[in-house]
Amino acid sequence: MNSLKRVVLFGATSAIAEQTARQLVAQGASLYCVGRNRDKLTALIDDLKVRAIDHQRIYGCVADLTDIAQHAHLIEAAEHILGGIDSVLIAYGTLPDQKACQLNASMTRQEIETNALSVINLLTLLANEFENQQRGVIAVISSVAGDRGRQSNYVYGAAKGMLTLFLQGLRNRLAKANVDVVTIKPGFVDTPMTAKFDRSGLLWAKPEQIAKGIIKAMQDGKSEVYLPWFWQGIMLIIKHIPELIFKRMSL
Amino acid sequence: MSTPRSWNRLPRVKPNAVYALSQRGDCMLDTLPRPLLAYGNGRSYGDVCLTEQGTLLLTRGLDRFIVFDRKQGILCCEAGVTLAEILALVVPHGWFLPSTPGTRLATVGGSVANDVHGKNHHAMGSFGHHVRALELWRSDGSVIECRPGDSVGLFSATIGGLGLTGLIRWVELQLMPIHNPWMWVESQRFANLEEFWALNRRAEASWPYSVAWIDCLAQGKAQGRGILLTGQHAPAQAELPVFKEYSKRIPVDLPFSMINGLSLRAFNTLYYWQPLKRQVLTHYVPYFYPLDAIQNWNRIYGRNGFYQYQCVIPPCEAEAAIASLLDTIARYGEGSFLAVLKTFGSKPSLGMLSFPRPGTTLALDFPNRGDKTLRLFERLDAIVREAGGALYPGKDARMPASLFQSGYPQWEAFDKYIDPGFSSRFWQRVTL
Ligand SMILES: Cc1cc2nc3c(=O)[nH]c(=O)nc-3n(C[C@H](O)[C@H](O)[C@H](O)COP(=O)(O)OP(=O)(O)OC[C@H]3O[C@@H](n4cnc5c(N)ncnc54)[C@H](O)[C@@H]3O)c2cc1C
Ligand SMILES: NC(=O)c1ccc[n+]([C@@H]2O[C@H](COP(=O)([O-])OP(=O)(O)OC[C@H]3O[C@@H](n4cnc5c(N)ncnc54)[C@H](OP(=O)(O)O)[C@@H]3O)[C@@H](O)[C@H]2O)c1
Repeated sequence: MNSLKRVVLFGATSAIAEQTARQLVAQGASLYCVGRNRDKLTALIDDLKVRAIDHQRIYGCVADLTDIAQHAHLIEAAEHILGGIDSVLIAYGTLPDQKACQLNASMTRQEIETNALSVINLLTLLANEFENQQRGVIAVISSVAGDRGRQSNYVYGAAKGMLTLFLQGLRNRLAKANVDVVTIKPGFVDTPMTAKFDRSGLLWAKPEQIAKGIIKAMQDGKSEVYLPWFWQGIMLIIKHIPELIFKRMSL
Repeated sequence: MSTPRSWNRLPRVKPNAVYALSQRGDCMLDTLPRPLLAYGNGRSYGDVCLTEQGTLLLTRGLDRFIVFDRKQGILCCEAGVTLAEILALVVPHGWFLPSTPGTRLATVGGSVANDVHGKNHHAMGSFGHHVRALELWRSDGSVIECRPGDSVGLFSATIGGLGLTGLIRWVELQLMPIHNPWMWVESQRFANLEEFWALNRRAEASWPYSVAWIDCLAQGKAQGRGILLTGQHAPAQAELPVFKEYSKRIPVDLPFSMINGLSLRAFNTLYYWQPLKRQVLTHYVPYFYPLDAIQNWNRIYGRNGFYQYQCVIPPCEAEAAIASLLDTIARYGEGSFLAVLKTFGSKPSLGMLSFPRPGTTLALDFPNRGDKTLRLFERLDAIVREAGGALYPGKDARMPASLFQSGYPQWEAFDKYIDPGFSSRFWQRVTL
C-alpha cells in the first residue's frame, strides 16, 4: 500500500480536494495545499489545522496554476516543508461554458490551457522528481467527460481526454520507477462547479464519497478509476456506440 | 435539486430560488432574489426554515472549523457545522456541548436561531447562554460581530431570532469539560402526574440532566404515568465499555402513517412496563440522540407528514394545565410515543424571542390527519393561552398569530432588528 503521509494538493480549495484533505488529515497526513483564492485557502487551512494534531504539518500557498513559471518553485517548497513528498493530487479545473467557447477561440484555448496544458506542465516536472525518488503516487482528477467528445461539452472533454491519454503514457513510463500514476474519472459530483445543474436524478455523488474513492485508489496504486464505480459501465456503453449513430445523438 | 423541507414535512412550500453557500466569502447576497432565509439542516418541525418567496440560502456548505482552543474549550466554527461534527472533534479532547437538543444533526446556526434547549436546561440554560460571539452577514452586505450584552441589542435579537436578523456566518462557543464519552443514567417509573412532580423536583436538585417520557394515552388515575430519565457525565472510570454505533434507515416513504391509536397504545404500554435497571453506564450518543439512530424516521408518519406540538406553561399554572392538556390528548386517542415532559430552570434566556422560560414544557408528535388534528390543536391552544404559556416556533407549522403574539410579547420590539432583506413563511404567518 502506498504511503499518504506527506501529500501535495494542487487546487486544494476544490470541493473534492477539500474533502480529500479532511480525510487525509484524519488519517494523520501532513499536507501542502496550493490554491489560487487566498480567502478560500485560509478557511481551508484553518479548518485542517483544527482537525490535525500537533505534529501534522498543514501548509498553504497561494498560486494561480496557469502561471506555469511558478510550478518548479511550488514543488521545491512543498518538498522542503514536508521533508519529501509521498504523493500528489492535482484537482484544479474549470468547467467551460461550451456555447461561449464556440464563439470565442481564445476562450477555448484558455480552457484547454487551464484544464490540460498547465497540468501537463506540472506533471512533466513532477514525473522527473518521482522518477528520481523511485516511489510515490501521482493522482490527477480527469473526468468521464474525457472518454468521448460530446456536443454539449467537448472543450472540457477534449482537455480531460488529453490528460487521460498523457497520464496513460506517463504511467507506462513510471511503472519502471515504482511510481503509481492514478487517473480519477468522477461522474456528476455535487460541487460549486456544477451548482447551476439540476441535481435531481440518481447519478449525483457527494464530494466526500469521491474523496474516499480517491484516497483508496491512491493507496492501492490503481491505474484508472471511475467514481462512483457504476460510471465504468455507463462509459463502456457510451464509448461503444458507433460514431455513425453517436453523431446524431444529443448528449 | 429536491425542494428543501422541514423535518415534519409540513408545510410543502417551494422558494423561488435555492442558493447553496460554500464559502464564508461568497459575496452574493445582494444579487439574489429576496426575501432571503437561511436553511440549516431542516431539523425544525414547521416553517421557520421555509419561504414561499425569494431565496433559501443553504448553509450546510459552511462547514469549516475556524479555531479550537483545546485548553479553554472555546470553539469557533462556521454556522453550517452540525453538532455531530463538533462532538466528533471535541469529545476526544475532553469537551462537550453545554446544551444540546435531541438531535445532533442540527447545525450551529440553526441551534442559535431557535435558541435550542436540552435535558439540562434546569442546570445550564439554553444554547444561547454558551455563545461567546457570532458574526452576522446582513443583506446590505455589512458584516457585524455580536457579543452578549452588545449595546445595540443585536445579539439578543439573534439568539432565538429565527434567522430573521441576517445570516449567521460563524459562531464562537464555550464548551464544557467532561472526563469521557459516557453517562450515568438512571430511570424511574412514576404512576401518574402527581408522582412525576414530586420525583422531578428531587431529580432536578441532584442530576444535571432530567427528562420524562410519558404515556399520553393513559387516563384516570394513571394519567401522566411514565419514566423519568436522569443522567450525568461519568467521572473517570477504571474501565469503560466499548461503543459501536449502528444506524438504520427507513428506506421508503410510507403511503400512510404507521402511528395510529392501536400501535401507539401497544407501544406505550410495553414501554411503560419495560424492566428498569437503576444506574447504567450509557454512551452519550444513544443517551442524547436515540432518534438519530434511525435515519429518516420521519417517514413512519407517511406522506402527509406530521406535526409536533410543543408548549411551555409557567410554573404556577403548570400542574393544572399539563393535566388538562393530557386529558384532551388522551380523549382524542392519538399522540406519539415521543411525548416528553420537562421543567425548565429559572435562568432567563438571552434571546428576545427565545422559547425556553421558567415553567414546564410538553412535546408530542401527531400524524397529520387534516382538520381533525388541527381541531385538537385549537383545543390545546386554548389551554396554553389561558395558562399564559407559549408554543415553540421551531416546532410549529400552524399556530395562530394571536397565540404567538401573546407568548412572545417582545415581538414588536424585535421588529427593528429584522434584516429588511430576510423573512420566513413562519414570520409572515404570525405577524399578520
Ligand atoms: C429528533 C429531533 C429532536 C429535537 N430535539 C430538540 C430539543 O430537545 N430541543 C430543541 O430546542 N429542539 C429540538 N429539536 C429541534 C431542532 O433542534 C431545531 O429545530 C434546530 O434549530 C434545527 O437546526 P437546523 O440546523 O436543522 O436548522 P433549520 O431547521 O434548517 O432552521 C431553523 C432556523 O434556523 C435558522 N437558521 C439556520 N441556519 C442559520 C444561519 N446560518 N443563520 C441564520 N439563521 C439560520 C433558519 O432560518 C430557521 O429559522 C429536535 C429536532 C429533531 C428532529
Ligand atoms: N463536479 C463534477 O461533477 C466533476 C466531474 C468530473 C470531474 N471533475 C473535476 O474535479 C476537479 C475538482 O472540481 P470540483 O468539482 O471540486 O469543483 P470546484 O470546487 O469548483 O473546484 C475547482 C477548483 O479549481 C480551482 N482552479 C481553477 N482554475 C485554477 C487555476 N488556474 N489555478 C488554481 N486553481 C484553479 C478553483 O479555484 P477557485 O476556487 O479559486 O475558483 C477551484 O478550487 C476538477 O478537475 C473537475 O474538472 C468534477
